[in-house]
Amino acid sequence: MTSSLATAAVLAAQFLLLLGMGMAIVRMVRGPRAQDRVLALDALYIDGMLLLFTIGIRTGSILYVEAGLIIALLGFASTAAFAKFLLRGEVIE
Amino acid sequence: MNTLAMVPSWAALVIGLLMFAGALLACIGSAGLLRLATFYRRVHAPTLGTTLGMYLMLAGTIVFFWAGEGRPALHVILIGVCVSITTPISLMLLVRAALERDRREGTAGVPATDPSVTEADEIESNR
Repeated sequence: MTSSLATAAVLAAQFLLLLGMGMAIVRMVRGPRAQDRVLALDALYIDGMLLLFTIGIRTGSILYVEAGLIIALLGFASTAAFAKFLLRGEVIE
Repeated sequence: MNTLAMVPSWAALVIGLLMFAGALLACIGSAGLLRLATFYRRVHAPTLGTTLGMYLMLAGTIVFFWAGEGRPALHVILIGVCVSITTPISLMLLVRAALERDRREGTAGVPATDPSVTEADEIESNR
């Protein structure tokens, strides 16, 4: 009984995270400027990383959590590169 | 497959609560990203999910693997440390880029110069 309640809570968490990713995608499409799109990408990968945690709990596999670590590190690199590009017009000077 | 049936019921309850609370915070952060008016206001909203939302979900994950496998998955904490360090850095880089772009285009409501640079510094640098 408790486990099915907890499973429902994790399912609801997945739904909320998908909703959050959808809202970030709407902001990314709507803009209005480049920095808004980069910020939406930042929020999108964080929500995706959190979604991987819930998937890891539902399948009982730690591998999803480690995939989340990779998403976090690569997401930081991409946001930093985009910010550098917006600032100077090129990534590596 | 119901993996939450394999952990004790108190642990399942704690996991469900932590995951739901964290996801709710992340969702509220994304809603703020969508609804707030200007870029400088929107920057604040998603950090709700990257700080407390992520901490709660990491705590839920640690409790799950602790109760399920009998050993704490402490390398999960590594994710928390990484994201806590990198999020402020990337967002500050992004805001400085946005500020530079706004100054270049002369958008209204943007401070003209860096407030940390005082008048004496400018005289010094022009000399």
